[in-house]
Amino acid sequence: MISPPFGSGRDPAEGTAPGPAVAEREPTTLSGIPVQLVYTAEDVSELDPRRDLGTPGSYPFTRGIHATMYRGRLWTMRQFAGFGTAEETNERFRYLLAEGQTGLSCAFDFPTLLGYDSDDPRAEGEVGRLGVAVDTLADMERLFEGIPLDRVSTSFTINSSAEIILAMYLAVAEKQGVPWDKVRGTVQNDILKEYTAQKTYIFPPRPSLRIITDMFAFCAEHVPNFNTISISGYHIREAGATAVQELAFTLADGFTYVEEGMRAGLPVDRFAPRLSFFFDVHNDFFEEIAKFRAARRIWARVLKERYGAKDPRSLRLRFHAQTAGVTLTAQQPENNVVRVALQALAAVLGGCQSLHTNSMDEALALPTETAVRTALRTQQIIAYETGVTRTVDPLGGSYYVEWLTSEMERRAEDYFRRIDEQGGVIAAIENGFVQREIADAAYRYQLALASGEEKVVGVNVFRDDEPAGVPILRIDPEVESRQIARLREVKRTRENRRVRQALAELERAARSGANLMPPVLECVRAYCTIQEMDDVLRDVFGVYEEDVSI
Amino acid sequence: MDAKAEDAPAMAGEARPIRVVVAKPGLDSHDRGAKVLARALRDAGMEVIYTGLHRTPEEIVRAAVDEDADVVCLSLLSGAHPVLVPKIVRLLREAGLTETVVMLGGTIPDDDVPAMRAAGVAAVFGPGSDLSEIVRAVREHVARARAGAAGA
Amino acid sequence: MPRVPDALEPRAQAAPARPAGARPPVEDFARRLVAGERFALARAITWVESGDRAGAELMRLVYPHTGRAWVVGLTGAPGTGKSTLLAKLAARFAALGRSVGVVAVDPSSPVTGGALLGDRIRWTPPETGDVFFRSLASRGRLGGLSSAAFDAVRLMDAAGREVVIVETVGAGQGEVDVARLAHTTVVALAPGTGDEVQAAKAGIMEIGDLFVVTKADRPGADECVRDVRLQLGLSPEARGRREGFGRAQGPAGEEPTWFPPVVKVSARTGEGLDRLVRLLAEHRAYLEASGRFGRRAALDDVLRMEDEFRRLAFERARRAAERAGAWAEAVERLGRREIDPATAARLAWSGTEPFPQAGSAAGVEGADGRAEGPK
Repeated sequence: MISPPFGSGRDPAEGTAPGPAVAEREPTTLSGIPVQLVYTAEDVSELDPRRDLGTPGSYPFTRGIHATMYRGRLWTMRQFAGFGTAEETNERFRYLLAEGQTGLSCAFDFPTLLGYDSDDPRAEGEVGRLGVAVDTLADMERLFEGIPLDRVSTSFTINSSAEIILAMYLAVAEKQGVPWDKVRGTVQNDILKEYTAQKTYIFPPRPSLRIITDMFAFCAEHVPNFNTISISGYHIREAGATAVQELAFTLADGFTYVEEGMRAGLPVDRFAPRLSFFFDVHNDFFEEIAKFRAARRIWARVLKERYGAKDPRSLRLRFHAQTAGVTLTAQQPENNVVRVALQALAAVLGGCQSLHTNSMDEALALPTETAVRTALRTQQIIAYETGVTRTVDPLGGSYYVEWLTSEMERRAEDYFRRIDEQGGVIAAIENGFVQREIADAAYRYQLALASGEEKVVGVNVFRDDEPAGVPILRIDPEVESRQIARLREVKRTRENRRVRQALAELERAARSGANLMPPVLECVRAYCTIQEMDDVLRDVFGVYEEDVSI
Repeated sequence: MDAKAEDAPAMAGEARPIRVVVAKPGLDSHDRGAKVLARALRDAGMEVIYTGLHRTPEEIVRAAVDEDADVVCLSLLSGAHPVLVPKIVRLLREAGLTETVVMLGGTIPDDDVPAMRAAGVAAVFGPGSDLSEIVRAVREHVARARAGAAGA
Repeated sequence: MPRVPDALEPRAQAAPARPAGARPPVEDFARRLVAGERFALARAITWVESGDRAGAELMRLVYPHTGRAWVVGLTGAPGTGKSTLLAKLAARFAALGRSVGVVAVDPSSPVTGGALLGDRIRWTPPETGDVFFRSLASRGRLGGLSSAAFDAVRLMDAAGREVVIVETVGAGQGEVDVARLAHTTVVALAPGTGDEVQAAKAGIMEIGDLFVVTKADRPGADECVRDVRLQLGLSPEARGRREGFGRAQGPAGEEPTWFPPVVKVSARTGEGLDRLVRLLAEHRAYLEASGRFGRRAALDDVLRMEDEFRRLAFERARRAAERAGAWAEAVERLGRREIDPATAARLAWSGTEPFPQAGSAAGVEGADGRAEGPK
């Protein structure tokens, strides 16, 4: 049965096409940018191709960061995984590698993200639910059992406690005999967007930024092939921001990290090449492509002109993309396969370096193995069947795409000005500006959905009230008790004197301002738990409490 | 437990605004839905208290008692609902809020809905639910609860 | 507007439409409230806030138990970090072993009547101690601080809350109201917002017993402190007086004095919070020493009585004028612009003659003198 969209007198499903009703109002992109019926050379008359586009692989990198792009090497197909205990995730990792995936991506459960052990009362009901539970190095050892760390690159979705997870990964490498300069991967480590969007923060902004710059310095010296941060727009977008806001707030966060690194005394070209980005790729096809192109141009210009970066690797904005989780619907979930395919195509046309495609069942629960395979196959079809990889930036020079790229850049710059007027990103976070902008956009979109102004197939148009009937992944409730039992076993068998010493050393470093990585590594090797380490840091740094507008 | 809402004198006459506590139990940090809902309920003329993130069941119940909430809307996207939701409902009832309506939203698989209803949840809203549908459900459930309390 | 029991109607008509015998045990509820039961206090506030008859009765029963709480008003413009300061302050008092009540007033939307209570996340963690936190919407009542807030404060007082903090958004006359209700009024100002200038214009400087410059970790805090001192007149040092509780020679010998201190506080880092709590305690000591503690509450009660009396008088007079037809006539002639509003008012007033005798007020609730509290 098909039901009409809420609040709209018309049901587009009744006619063959919505027809003239569409033209009532000037259409806009999802960000609210008005769109003309047609674009011509006049709309891009101010664009200087040499100055504003360059050639692929050259400044300002609008057309992509590599001259040969996907002919040289395809993007990394990287499916995010993590649930239950380390063994279960390890099994999923091995499955994905066997199916042709080229990089690993690991999600953690909420207790781990927030620095609580699995046996803390606050972790009740949460252990292993939305990611893998990691309490100590013992869990990390099991997570990568049988996976040689010099042969994969691993991305960790961790922000608070990123230094602990990285230290655990490096400790596993030590045990496998893999030298640290062979270890590749990424920690998300983007704390600023936690305060505005994702909300898995522990400490206040200042000490959090210090931990991050400690990691910049440590990795520049010891782990040169590891991306120490993945500056993320994904969560900002998923929290309800528009594409323009995602672009602006993410880059503004990026500039802040550059400034923090420089303030900590690091030359910009020493750490900027290891900065990478993580964007959302949403439904509005051309707007998304324009967003990626604009991001590259802005980053290159600002790094060169404002921060004096000279190394071309500092100027190149590399990014991972993930299809938009919020666009997945619980209703008619098989439609999600199509949404994901179109979003993935936009990411590829926008020049991503790695890509995660969501699975059709993720509006309901974590994905099943079958659903993950279809998502991965979607990327493989784009790579091997569509032919879009043959030429670099195939949409470059399109009047519309070039106009939209410049328009998004202009609108992002408006936001940069407003943030600067408030004294920078941290001030804009503390006074709630960024959060308010995002919440307002989220609410506007929701109202547009309710009025039928924005349409979602299968939800407010073309509904079909049959139950979804998609098999979903169930997390065994026993995971929690198994994980707690394991944690107790580790605590019982470890050398507790070494634990106390390591924690005391961590506290001293935290208070003195010394680089935190060496004492964290020592704690990890001694099998300290994540909460033991974070509790030490909570005592020293304090705990952040949100005070923002709804 | 001596605090029984049934022995409270019934409200006289005209409708007072509906008071809603919007709460985020557990550790999941996705507050977009909760915030959008808070605004929608306000725009529908209700008085809304949003607790913020990462609240324990005890904390949520305390807020609901102090604020004398007609409705507690729980938003969970972490999958911890089988553990946390029944606990919250039980603590609410023990605290004397016998007629307070509990509603649940977030990623709640269809298979879990009967268990949530059995635990005392009046309505469950999955992803993609229409805001006006939720607003309407809040009004209906509160009207019923108030009528029930007045008749007791 | 909340429904208010009509004092002039005969009792029989005003009785609630509830079957006899189903009368709820208000007395029992009052006892539970006075015993400090959380649920009873919360429900009682709901009744008085919505103008319920049970609320009026309950208030009458528990009023003899009021007058002990120390009422601290906290006001300031939106964005001054008041809510954060409030949470920290409540937690600090609770940590000192005090039982704390909080009444936070937010504006209702004039359009929908709805309200987000706390345009910011409103939260006081329970582990900080015994804090009863209640949010109230202004519900379109005039005068900023609603009469419901007054009632909520008295109910918390009756329930044994030793410190009751009332938070209002400083918009319009709200601050003046809070000063009327509170023993101690704290005005919050944020640096770099021009708050101090606005405050002076709005007459806030006169009502503050303490001034808090919030966000002390931000630039401009020291300038803000200086500006507030300037607005307050001279700095106390320049006058040779001590900031806070002092003594001065008055006509009747040495008298306690108070000069409003300006405190820099960062709710985020906790800087200045101890000093603020110490100065609040000092103000409390000053109130006791000067006899103002009891006087302030008594004055407030009388003002509150006046408000109610004014309302009753208006209701009665208007009704009399309506019955005599004078009200309608005055409105009609005013509408035709035959007379001006002042003449119209006098015309309507002429319809109230002869004014009803005091004896006919027997229907006023509680006028039969039964006001004993629960045992």
